[in-house]
Amino acid sequence: MNKPKSVFESRLAARHRQGRLFGAVCMASTWFGIGVLVVLLAGVTWQAGGWLNWSFLTHFDSRHPEQAGILAGLWGSLWLILFTTLFSVPVGVGAALYLEEYESNGWLQRLVQVNLSNLAGVPSIVYGILGLTVFVRMFGVFGSQPKVVEMSLGFIDVHIPLPFGRTVIAAALTLTLLILPVVIVAAQEALRAVPSSIRTASYALGATKWQTIRHQVLPAAAPGILTGVILAVSRAIGETAPLVMIGALTYVAFTPGDISSPTDIITNPAGLAEAPFDTFTALPIQIFNWVSRPKTEYQHVAAAGILVLLMVLLVLNGVAITLRHRYQKRIRW
Amino acid sequence: MRLILEWIPLFGVGCLLLGGCTVQDANSVGGGSSNGSGGLSGTITIDGSSTVFPISQAMAEEFQKLHADVKVVVAESGTGGGFKKFMLGETEINDASRPIKQKEIDACKKAGIEYLELKIAIDGLSIIVNPKNDWCDCLTVAQLKAIWAPGSTVKNWSDVDPSWPEKEIKLYGPDTDSGTFDYFTEVICGKSGASRTDYNPSADDNVLVRGVAGDEYSLGYFGYAYYAENKDKLKIVGVSPTDDIADCVKPTAETIEAGKYVPLSRPLFLYVNKAALKKPEIAVFLNYYMEQGQALISEVGYVRLSAAVLEETQQALRGSSGASAAPSGE
Repeated sequence: MNKPKSVFESRLAARHRQGRLFGAVCMASTWFGIGVLVVLLAGVTWQAGGWLNWSFLTHFDSRHPEQAGILAGLWGSLWLILFTTLFSVPVGVGAALYLEEYESNGWLQRLVQVNLSNLAGVPSIVYGILGLTVFVRMFGVFGSQPKVVEMSLGFIDVHIPLPFGRTVIAAALTLTLLILPVVIVAAQEALRAVPSSIRTASYALGATKWQTIRHQVLPAAAPGILTGVILAVSRAIGETAPLVMIGALTYVAFTPGDISSPTDIITNPAGLAEAPFDTFTALPIQIFNWVSRPKTEYQHVAAAGILVLLMVLLVLNGVAITLRHRYQKRIRW
Repeated sequence: MRLILEWIPLFGVGCLLLGGCTVQDANSVGGGSSNGSGGLSGTITIDGSSTVFPISQAMAEEFQKLHADVKVVVAESGTGGGFKKFMLGETEINDASRPIKQKEIDACKKAGIEYLELKIAIDGLSIIVNPKNDWCDCLTVAQLKAIWAPGSTVKNWSDVDPSWPEKEIKLYGPDTDSGTFDYFTEVICGKSGASRTDYNPSADDNVLVRGVAGDEYSLGYFGYAYYAENKDKLKIVGVSPTDDIADCVKPTAETIEAGKYVPLSRPLFLYVNKAALKKPEIAVFLNYYMEQGQALISEVGYVRLSAAVLEETQQALRGSSGASAAPSGE
């Protein structure tokens, strides 16, 4: 009886060793990601040391590295975030609602689902080419005679150029196309996570489909939808390739609509109507350009720009977490 | 969230209902012109070569200090990419690191776009080695061709000159999308785009600088501006147009300007849409570019045109911006 027991014990020890090894591998995987992030952050922060200051945030780009600033790129990216969110939320959530609540398990849903997964994997520059044709040039239907649509909103006049040209709105629409598959899939997941008992209970009380969606399903799914949207938008603002493709500018010494500080929104309300149709540059383009400059000081300027981009991302994610937390508190089931 | 979802569509519809819409030609609305006080306004759009970008950016930066109401915007989609927008009339000025190609001329003609070619500066493509390299001070064009030609058998430095070390040459150069690559391969290998492919290519010249600076047996080529900014990390090699080492010339501001650094000096150009040239802000901007602004060219690492060539360019500009019945471009 002695021998089998020792075999069992030695194998048991081996099994425990396997378990510990697997745990160690998993831990190494976790720390690998954290390690890379720390090295990246430390490297960038060290390079940017002293270059990221108030003057960097309030000046335009310059050929003198010590005078170069990120103002145009920062405002360009903020406008892009705003409009990309405005466009992608209604369309993305609407599509997800239709696929989950109205057309679930239909042949259309299966067809769209396959296409969505494929679209999510399309390289971003392809969306840039699409955006260039559809939004920037509008298939060339206006030929060499661009038109301007003048619209009066009572207090401000809006001038919409047709085709859009290389404007904030064209870029935001392109980025919307880019993230739409991700937004739709995330919204679908969130809707699917809402227990069907909620819906049936709502119907049982005599609510219509619209009332059920409006008062039960959407609020319950809101945290998940929001998280998906903000993660997708975060990805979009780091994109350079599609923006370069549609012809975002590299050097501009003005911000969209000439709004360069929050107070300008009050003093220059007309700028709000101009901004979407103004030309622009964005943070990643500006950084990309600085990295390739001959003067070595621009490497520090680029590092400072990267920190600004990271901070914008951090703020976005912070907003996402706060919102999710707020909505989650309301859900009780 | 709920609120937003409800109001977005309503707001959109409301806009359309509230305001009557009128459609006009873009040129009649936003067209720049001089305003009452004699100041200029309007937008000038420049696109094209990333090599010329630093010059145009510097010009735009200084010009806007003088004329605050003129917006000068500069993009960089490469010489060819810029021409594609230029021939659609999307941009008014195209930066170019090479002369316009025949098929681009044809496309402009077809689109009815007349242009003016302005030579603005010179760039000297520089052959660069590591500072520890004490054997190579000069290369002839024939040697460069032997090193860079497609299917080249040169592997070690000793294959170029038997007295040099028997160590492998590590080659660094711009990637195939670059105008610099086009120019170098054309003058050295005889055909644009003809190059050996087993070198380290990069679109980012700073990567090339780092590569050559970190490797004793390396050799690379890129624009003079990148050498000028990294003189302490790199060693420049003279180039001899003949087989005689005595004819060797190193690129400096003087030799490039005097036209002695051949064949690797290349002119840089602006291509201007002639219709746009009638706008006062563009005419004034180009005048600035060719006159007061010239000092900026050496500041950003390029070489100024000689006085005679500059005078020619200025005359071409005056001839075109003055009269509408200008001779057709080049």
